[in-house]
Amino acid sequence: MKHNGISRRTFIVTAASAAGGMMLGFCRPAGAAKLNPRPWLSPAGEKGVDINVWLSIERNGVVTVQTVSEEMGQGILTTQAMMLAEELSVDWADIRVVHADVKRQVKAGVYTAWAGKDEPRKWSPAWRIMRTGGSTAVLVTRELYQQAGASARERLKEAAAQAWGVSRADVKAELGVLSFGERKGTYGEFAEHAAEIQLSEEPAIKRPDQFTLMGTSIARIDTPAKVNGSAAYGIDTRLPGMVYAAVQVSPVPGGRLRSYDFNAIKDRPGVIQAVELVPDPSKVVPDNPYKWSPHSALKSGIAVVADSWYRAKTALEHMPKEWDDGPNAGADTESMFAERRALLYKPGTAHDSNVGDARTILAASNRVVTADFERPYEAHACMEPMNCTIGLGEDGRVDVYAGSQRPSDALLVTADQMGVDPSKVFVHPAFLGGGFGRRAKSDEIRQAAEIARQVGRSVKLVWTREEDIGQCPMRSMAVARLSAALGPDGFPKAIVTRSVAETVYAKGLAGALAGQYGIPHQHHEYHTFESHIPTTFLRGVGNSLFDFMSEQFVDEMALAGGHDPLDFRLKLLAGKPRMRAVLQTLKEKSGFRTNLPTGQGMGIAISQNHNTPCAQCATVKISRGGELRVERIDMVFDSGNVINPSICVQQLQGCAVYEMSHALHGGIDIRNGRVENNNFDRYRMLRIDEMPEINVHFALSGGETWGSVSEEANGQVAPAIANAIFFATGKRVRSTPILKHDLSWV
Amino acid sequence: MSMTLNINGTSYAVDVEPETPLLWVIRDTIGLTGTKFGCGMAQCGACTVHIDGQAVKSCSFKVASAVGRQITTIEGLSPDSSHPVQLAWIEVDVPQCGYCQSGQIMAAAALLARSKNPTDREIDDAMAGNLCRCGTYARIREATRRAAQLASAERGLR
Repeated sequence: MKHNGISRRTFIVTAASAAGGMMLGFCRPAGAAKLNPRPWLSPAGEKGVDINVWLSIERNGVVTVQTVSEEMGQGILTTQAMMLAEELSVDWADIRVVHADVKRQVKAGVYTAWAGKDEPRKWSPAWRIMRTGGSTAVLVTRELYQQAGASARERLKEAAAQAWGVSRADVKAELGVLSFGERKGTYGEFAEHAAEIQLSEEPAIKRPDQFTLMGTSIARIDTPAKVNGSAAYGIDTRLPGMVYAAVQVSPVPGGRLRSYDFNAIKDRPGVIQAVELVPDPSKVVPDNPYKWSPHSALKSGIAVVADSWYRAKTALEHMPKEWDDGPNAGADTESMFAERRALLYKPGTAHDSNVGDARTILAASNRVVTADFERPYEAHACMEPMNCTIGLGEDGRVDVYAGSQRPSDALLVTADQMGVDPSKVFVHPAFLGGGFGRRAKSDEIRQAAEIARQVGRSVKLVWTREEDIGQCPMRSMAVARLSAALGPDGFPKAIVTRSVAETVYAKGLAGALAGQYGIPHQHHEYHTFESHIPTTFLRGVGNSLFDFMSEQFVDEMALAGGHDPLDFRLKLLAGKPRMRAVLQTLKEKSGFRTNLPTGQGMGIAISQNHNTPCAQCATVKISRGGELRVERIDMVFDSGNVINPSICVQQLQGCAVYEMSHALHGGIDIRNGRVENNNFDRYRMLRIDEMPEINVHFALSGGETWGSVSEEANGQVAPAIANAIFFATGKRVRSTPILKHDLSWV
Repeated sequence: MSMTLNINGTSYAVDVEPETPLLWVIRDTIGLTGTKFGCGMAQCGACTVHIDGQAVKSCSFKVASAVGRQITTIEGLSPDSSHPVQLAWIEVDVPQCGYCQSGQIMAAAALLARSKNPTDREIDDAMAGNLCRCGTYARIREATRRAAQLASAERGLR
């Protein structure tokens, strides 16, 4: 049996070597909090003690699960604990959760194995999953946590069997109690012995139809700490004697600080020092052996350090500064769109999936549908502004406190920037006040490390919201042209697309269309375009950007061919049973129809990401004056199985709300090379009074199928709304933000 | 400038510039970190506290104006998470990342203090100043309605 390429036999060996030798341990003090609201104070972090990768059991039966994924709202602390507890069979009340210690990676030698550039990458499963993102936590870690729980259970049984002189097969392990007939003992009593036991073969893990805990809506383990202010985020770190830093880097990305006048502010209350940030290209190379993000590169700028953050921030604002904006000082949103539009007339790179002779068919067709679409940059805008605290200790010890999607990168980036050995760096994960792909870059961590290096004191760096949005690596700006030739039956014979987007998004449109619909002739071309605005993954990634285009275009093809948009999709999805099933369910649940009175409309969209097809239907109402109200979203999804239905609903609703902000209100506006709308007054987010009723319908195909849910409903919402707007008003909205369009009707 | 603040029933002597936003005095000077920084311009509501029972965005409220008034932060809403809004938030499992939730809870608590049985429209109006990027709005509505029920039951018991 294979788990992510690791056999069950080698699973324990790998885990053991990464963990320092045992799967079970119990160095943990009794009476630990249910959820440590300050995870960085976990004993493992503070003492540098590796207990093990996965779990420990105390004498009193308390089971502590080490979570290797970061909690950024997706409920992973709860779901990973559920995976393990499912197999271990333990009272849920006895479960405790702590963030795993990042440090063990370095101790396990993974870091040194990567140091040589020619060395092939040696992934330990533990190392790999210390990066949280890409909707991978369930897909990558579920079997590992189940295996860890099952292994622990069997070792406990073996320990009891040996003590009682019976066969392991005859020992029962249930809710923290081991038993054989009248003989009983707790997990806690046998944990120490169990830790010594090596199984000749690891047990099989449960199939979904055997689950009793997974699949239930257990309350989130982090909720109690999040309703009383005790849940601690990176920004809440307070260290003895620490100072505070506020920072500003070149407002035009790629520009540089020319001069500053510290003397003008040095007498302001509390001001300690100005710290110039000077990029060092040698520090960040795209193919560095640790694979940390090139986005972590230091940007030219200036920080002010003071005895309080507010004093640092106001002093920074008052300090005279001159910037060399560089060659992009004249760029603005419109000129940047114009550059991309021009590329729609030039051949791009052909996508791998192209089939048939689409361009010839299109050129010869007299029944052509064509449309251009555009979308601006969008920023992650996590509610917790970017921040990082660096603690400087004795003997060169460096402590890093941050909510990071990549704590292992945080460790190595800090070591790199401060010029210390990674063994001296300790990372203390915290709750993330939003991640969405933003907290995977370590740029704030490198910046804090550099400031601490120069100041020589423990320092807390907090970005203003203006810096947070203005210096955000964005979701790509994109333009695309889609054309299709319809046959006599009104179905597309051929589709031709050309799209222009930044690196990680460049192939997104082609990928979505080619993979989804059975159109016989397809030709997709893409231009990989880069401006001075940095870009990176944003929740929903390619789907969140391109579904708006592809799924509106599918409606346009359907209507041009005289077909109902939903039935049209069902036909084109002939080879995709799971997508068809989701769409059929949507038809029933939403009551989708195209004949509502003017001013009302329903629109649909469907796509699949991370093995989870999701279809949505938006119901909108638009006043004659053009005021849009999204009244309802019905969504149907199939992730195969689910671990916690309540958390699934949170995630799927969250996807839709996240993207509604961009689709309705968003759009980063570039003026004079810089982000103009860098706070929530002008970069608007969806508010509760605009929140539609969102009904999440489960259409799970079960079996051994697993998909993700944390960014699988971002893409469909914008095209569903746009398609609904068309039915309500007859107006096609081919760019976002939607609310910039005149939606009035007569 | 020296001044005394009453926060959660405790007096704190602080020495800060009078124009310092209350948020930073609460977080950095006093060390109550449950109140969050989000935008610095009263747009997101993460910093919502009560001043004499009213929901106020503390990032845009000068500390000097808070002197002599009763300030309540999330830490002071109840000693044991037993405020009806907190109970409802737990029951409905509202938070995702949780960062905005202190502000959401304080805004909801202020609403229920002035309107015992708010309509859906009143809930939306009262909570529209508090952003949530995770999209917990549906559960915030549900939990606010539930909190009103819990508060009503609590009054009945007294």
